[in-house]
Amino acid sequence: MSDIITKEQIRQPENLVYSKTKLLTDKALSYCPGCGHGTAHRIVMEVIEELSAQSETIGIAPVGCSVLAYEFMNIDMQQAAHGRAPALATAVKRLMPEKYVFTYQGDGDLAAIGTAETIHACNRGENITIIFINNGIYGMTGGQMAPTTLPNMKASTCPYGRDVATMGNPLKITELIAQLPGVHYVTRQAVHTPGNVRKTKKAVRKAFDLQKENKGLTFVEIVSNCNSGWKMTPVQSNKWMEENMFPFYPLGDIKVDGQLIK
Amino acid sequence: MKELRLMKGNEAVAEAAIRAGCDGYFGYPITPQSEIMEYLMAQQPEKTTGMVVLQAESEVAAINMVYGGASCGKRVMTSSSSPGISLKQEGISYIAGAELPCVIVNVVRGGPGLGTIQPSQSDYFQSVKGGGHGDYRLIVLAPASVQEMADFAGLGFDLAFKYRNPVLILSDGVIGQMMEKVELDEFKPRFTKEEIAKNTPWATFGKTDDRERNIITSLDLDSAKQEKHVTHLSEKYKLMEENEVRFEEFQTEDAEYLIVAYGSSARISQKAVDIARAKGIKVGLLRPITLFPFPKKPLAELAKQVKGILSVEMSLGQMVEDVKLAVECKVKVEHFGRYGGIIPTPDEVVAALEQKIIGG
Repeated sequence: MSDIITKEQIRQPENLVYSKTKLLTDKALSYCPGCGHGTAHRIVMEVIEELSAQSETIGIAPVGCSVLAYEFMNIDMQQAAHGRAPALATAVKRLMPEKYVFTYQGDGDLAAIGTAETIHACNRGENITIIFINNGIYGMTGGQMAPTTLPNMKASTCPYGRDVATMGNPLKITELIAQLPGVHYVTRQAVHTPGNVRKTKKAVRKAFDLQKENKGLTFVEIVSNCNSGWKMTPVQSNKWMEENMFPFYPLGDIKVDGQLIK
Repeated sequence: MKELRLMKGNEAVAEAAIRAGCDGYFGYPITPQSEIMEYLMAQQPEKTTGMVVLQAESEVAAINMVYGGASCGKRVMTSSSSPGISLKQEGISYIAGAELPCVIVNVVRGGPGLGTIQPSQSDYFQSVKGGGHGDYRLIVLAPASVQEMADFAGLGFDLAFKYRNPVLILSDGVIGQMMEKVELDEFKPRFTKEEIAKNTPWATFGKTDDRERNIITSLDLDSAKQEKHVTHLSEKYKLMEENEVRFEEFQTEDAEYLIVAYGSSARISQKAVDIARAKGIKVGLLRPITLFPFPKKPLAELAKQVKGILSVEMSLGQMVEDVKLAVECKVKVEHFGRYGGIIPTPDEVVAALEQKIIGG
């Protein structure tokens, strides 16, 4: 029995096998318990720490649930107007090409109000990384329909479900921008299981490495849950995501080395 | 040695920006200011000074590129004309809120709406009273010559960085399109990384171990803090009013009447003063060079001396409100203007002076 360590011993620094990255601040996250944003933040910050790039990275926060990302990410950050993060990132990268520059945006920010900025930054092949959190809803403003809300999915502005005949179809913006020659790497991942977290981290690392090589725009979509907006428990929301979101937004690489995956 | 050239106003502001050490220009084409980006693209300053020139997908994107570049402590600018400047207002509000230095050029055309591509001065309210949402002010410089289009690029950057505030060069289609002799400053180097770290320690150029992270934002969910922030902005605006008022007087020493006009209206009014004086009317001209801060004190002083004031603008009458406020209605103030892209003649200005002020 002596080789089984106690709860107290586990907490001793010498027994720790994992610790929080120094690139996350100690500020309590403003996200709802169960939300994927916190994990996504951690992954991006861990990658920057692994690259020893704290002093070499500028992040752009959007408007939406992650509007306060700069409170949690311990790097120099700019907070953009709604949808405009890729425009800010364009200028930052053009003026400081030696830096890593990334935007962190939700679906309303990136695929509705910021569609033009997204498509044109992608089309110019800006050497930036876009981290796109797609949870199919406007979380911050209280659960309104997003451009990525699924057909028949309920939201506060489509309380009877999204009627695609009058409200349009969900916009698969990731597949759309993958068509553009300026875009080098596009992948869709998730962060709801340990395996998916590892895959997402690899994808983010790859995106940052490719950015350093000036390969063009790199784009990592993370399909995430919004248990509050979806009116579910965190566990229910992850199950619902697997059963409903993933069939519509299938996980995996979409474009690698500038080539679309068939 | 200063260099002499014959240039359009639009070309002059572009050339002067390169020479002022500008790091980046971000714009979108619109008449009558497209020569600014065309000139910059033709000059290829990225090969000489290293300045970035980028044609954005919209005015909205361009002003947000300015936000991104200014956040890095860089000298960045954009330009447009009236409808495009309306599109930029959201970004300008964010830039003012986040206290970022930049230069914005508006080569005004007649509105409202798509209006006309001919010159106008109908964006005065938008320029000096806000334009976007929230409590903020821009430093507004009004050039009346091609020379001033050139001079105000460098001055604009200096003031923008002095106050961490956007500077608007409020030009118009006349000044932008006409050609005049211009004396160009020598090339000033762009900021080095060391200078940016020293002069703009608040900027986002990468967090090092010796400092806390830098955050550029206009957001504060705590209303008490937001009120404090807006109070801080108001103190800055007060300092501008104390220190940055610029104006020019023409034949005011013995004036019994006064014309107030800026930009191309001031050029026309200067001729009107000559014509009126030849007729025996003792009239002078006050030309505001800064529209914010507005030359309230010199106007109040002249109001003690003159019998009436005519505000001449290519609009329905916008600056006239500030003239009335400055003189506290102690003397008669009237407006004369042509608008919709029509430029008044000096004779029309003299006639308006005679009818509305002297005879009225």
